[in-house]
Amino acid sequence: MCCECNNGENYQDTKMEQILSKYEKDKSNLIQILNEVQEGYGYIPKHAQLAISEYLGIPMAEIYGVITFYSRFTLEAKGKYNIAVCLGTACYVKGSEKILDKLKEKLGIDVGETTPDGKFSIEATRCIGACGLAPVFTVNGEVYGNATPELLDKVIEEYKSKK
Amino acid sequence: MKSLEEIHKIREEKRKELDLRVNLQANTREKHILVCHGTGCTSSKSPKIIETFRKILEEKNIENVKVIQTGCFGLCSKGPIVIIRPEDVFYAHCTPEDCEEIINTHIINGQIVERLLCKEIDEQTVTRLDELNFYKKQKRIALKNCGVIDPENIDEYIAFDGYKALEKVLLEMTPEDVIKEITDSGLRGRGGAGFPTGKKWELTRIAKGTQKYVVCNADEGDPGAFMDRSILEGDPHSVLEAMMIAGYSIGANKGYIYVRAEYPIAVQRFQIAIDQAKEYGILGKNIFGTDFEFDVEVRLGAGAFVCGEETALIASIEGKSGHPRLKPPFPANAGLWMKPTLINNVETFANVPKIILNGSKWYSSIGTENSKGTKVFALGGNVVNVGLVEVPMGTTLREIVFDIGGGIPNGRKFKAAQTGGPSGGCIPEQNLDTPIDFESLNSIGSMMGSGGLIVMDDTKCMVNLAKFYLGFTVDESCGKCTPCRIGTKRMLEILEKITEGKGTLEDLEKLEKLAQTVKKTSICGLRTNGSKSSIEHNQIF
Repeated sequence: MCCECNNGENYQDTKMEQILSKYEKDKSNLIQILNEVQEGYGYIPKHAQLAISEYLGIPMAEIYGVITFYSRFTLEAKGKYNIAVCLGTACYVKGSEKILDKLKEKLGIDVGETTPDGKFSIEATRCIGACGLAPVFTVNGEVYGNATPELLDKVIEEYKSKK
Repeated sequence: MKSLEEIHKIREEKRKELDLRVNLQANTREKHILVCHGTGCTSSKSPKIIETFRKILEEKNIENVKVIQTGCFGLCSKGPIVIIRPEDVFYAHCTPEDCEEIINTHIINGQIVERLLCKEIDEQTVTRLDELNFYKKQKRIALKNCGVIDPENIDEYIAFDGYKALEKVLLEMTPEDVIKEITDSGLRGRGGAGFPTGKKWELTRIAKGTQKYVVCNADEGDPGAFMDRSILEGDPHSVLEAMMIAGYSIGANKGYIYVRAEYPIAVQRFQIAIDQAKEYGILGKNIFGTDFEFDVEVRLGAGAFVCGEETALIASIEGKSGHPRLKPPFPANAGLWMKPTLINNVETFANVPKIILNGSKWYSSIGTENSKGTKVFALGGNVVNVGLVEVPMGTTLREIVFDIGGGIPNGRKFKAAQTGGPSGGCIPEQNLDTPIDFESLNSIGSMMGSGGLIVMDDTKCMVNLAKFYLGFTVDESCGKCTPCRIGTKRMLEILEKITEGKGTLEDLEKLEKLAQTVKKTSICGLRTNGSKSSIEHNQIF
């Protein structure tokens, strides 16, 4: 495993090689590879796009098109703590919009943005399937159910005090 | 590799061992503690509960009790749920801290932990699962094994007649026989459109081409729907088995399952199912000693609602952006890499092995004249019992919302139920007694859809809801057709104006005209329906 930071170019290249070596040189693997890069890096860096382009023989423009088509792929790194508010119908009906508004107000950023210190980012997701606990939000994948603006307040404060 | 005899032996022996799961009168000293390990309960720490139970049992040296992770029990709002069989005691809202008490009081002393029992809306305490109102009107076919077996253990699936349908098909039936059986059963596509499944199989079988594909559509994009996810999490082998049966019938040797990347547990369980089936020689070459071979691959989606549409899904499996294309040609003739391709939804597939085993007559005896069998709904929103529900077609919405769902919480009144997701429509109170099937839902301006069913109480504003769905549609429009890309955006702006209280009568007219234009001039059904729903919201409310 390599480090998660973005300053070790060499490390990243090994990581990319590792990811690519798992797949055959078949154009239909593009989305599978992008999914793995997104998971591994938290976004899809340019050098990864170049590596994929060379490996699969797909032009960069086409790869860019696919990345921007699918909402799961991002071109910029997310915050250390990515807070995702579910905007599925079940959560919406139970007031998830209020949670999202509160979150935006509290962090001073909009959906898809990262705080200047790189600590928090906001994502609006579609149904994550925990409708029994609606409304829900997640912090780096950990689910907080039956959410209220007060719970959100508490959770953000907890993460703020973490290093 | 296992021979057919070995598989028969596993079935016989394992079935005896698991008898106490389904035979509630089983006379045994053994007990099974079933803990839900679906997404809902996992989010509220059920893995920790399983771990704690196992640790305590080991510490106390209790040997005749097993802890099993299962798929979804359905009653998600009471989760995490723990069920003890054979006595069928149902504990709600369990925490890891409750495990010790359950073991001491229930397992060791044989007494029920009263404080963890479920309460109905009239405050009546219920001890057993089958006494809960939530389960009384349900009939589980597609969800038969969900909450009963460990989805990560192929032997448990085999014990409950798993891969028996495949064996029957390969050894006793011709592809034509299989298709006839599916056609006679009256099974229709559960992804929403309700196309006759047997007909689809037949069209793909007769299509010209040596290479054909089977695709399972598990891109459950409809927000608020989690039926397919629960089936994949609770009973992945049933879908795998059905894909193989379909492959045999249409002459395909390769299958793909396209799953949303947002469903990590489902993806993982399905991959485990594939690996186990390969290990047993059920998936691979010369299956059950015949010439039939089959292989299945998992493909992940990446967050695009439009990819649930079959031509967009095909593009996405090929590694491209998910733009729908005009039909015909239909995927049955020109699908994946332009080869004949059969695409069915997860729930449709989950019904297939049961139809083969019990016969088309049995299946067609359930449901209404034109919609046979059952339908799984994800019941959510302002309703007491949020969860997964499977009912015979023809059940009324009132029965689902009030008898099964327990009605509206906080003393509020029912306002509307939304079915079919962003493409569907809203059902007001006067239509609550309509029996649910494909035709009747269409006739009241909604649609079956994939099974999302969101209940709204009288505090909800319908214009806001229309705005919510239009916002979704604007976000998810793939941009290929101009009327959809620009039209839905303009419609959203008008709705925003109305919700701000600045709307005029002229705006309503404009909205309706725009909606009609988008509906008539866009390629795929998603947007057609997206605009439809906003027209109807206007007419009804």
